[in-house]
Amino acid sequence: MRPTVGVVVFPGSNCDRDANYSFEYLGAGTRFLWHTETDLSGIDVIVLPGGFAYGDYLRTGAMAAYSPVMDSVREFAAAGKPVIGICNGFQVLCEAGLLPGALRRNAGLRFRCMPVRLRVETLDSPFTSGGMWPGQVLTIPIAHFDGSYYADDETLEELLAERRIAFRYCDQRGELTPESNPNGSRLHIAGILNAERNVLGMMPHPERAVDPAVGGTDGRLLLASVLYSLQPAET
Amino acid sequence: MRFAAHVNVMPRAEISDPQGQTVERTLPAIGFQGISDVRVGKRITFTVEADDEAAARSIVESASEKLLANPVIEDFELELSAL
Repeated sequence: MRPTVGVVVFPGSNCDRDANYSFEYLGAGTRFLWHTETDLSGIDVIVLPGGFAYGDYLRTGAMAAYSPVMDSVREFAAAGKPVIGICNGFQVLCEAGLLPGALRRNAGLRFRCMPVRLRVETLDSPFTSGGMWPGQVLTIPIAHFDGSYYADDETLEELLAERRIAFRYCDQRGELTPESNPNGSRLHIAGILNAERNVLGMMPHPERAVDPAVGGTDGRLLLASVLYSLQPAET
Repeated sequence: MRFAAHVNVMPRAEISDPQGQTVERTLPAIGFQGISDVRVGKRITFTVEADDEAAARSIVESASEKLLANPVIEDFELELSAL
């Protein structure tokens, strides 16, 4: 089955074409979904791409969270289908209440744009189940000014207890050293899952690490894992 | 009735504010002594039309909760005055 990936385009999205390219590179079909669209029929995976939706005015993702497409994305997620928010898309998912917490201005007040190391924290999700091992260190780029993950203590305990942290910033050995946290995220959180584990938000850009010509290929593991999760079991 | 609304949005007290800290470090460097506890927020102003002050307050409050502030990381205070 050739899955179709819907890439949402908000005014101000700028990683939509990269997301589209990377999924097509892996053999999936793709469709752009303008932020006013509400019909998601025929879509198997939703991607909320990076960028600066609605200019990121007021707060990152604040206005985008209320765009018409997001009601449909909410229903799509409630039906158990996979949704990935990357960078600005993660911010939108938090603002929309599909994921807990918020992304704040980087602790160092600098825009960070570089490859980072991520430790795989759980295999129990469609994004991590196919082809990763627990504790594996991936190299995937970040590019953001507002990526410092914040949630209160109670929420963090819940994320830990339910193993809903998908990726944490680490060094090349997988250690959570202070220097390896590029933005001051609490618990080094780079990506989290919702309670049902079918919605992933992450600041790093797996779609920029698919084509070996640019940025490495570790992002393939994640994107291919989602596509793999959609395949019916062989009988 | 028309009311002038001012919504002050601040990072919540228990959350570190790197912007405030940077401003605080800069102030003594340019000669301002005795300043501490700097925090940076934002102020949003607008006009709201409603039947009375209570109705206006309820509109501004729910707009603040839903969009103008993010309760996960921010607190807000609102001021309302009849125009």
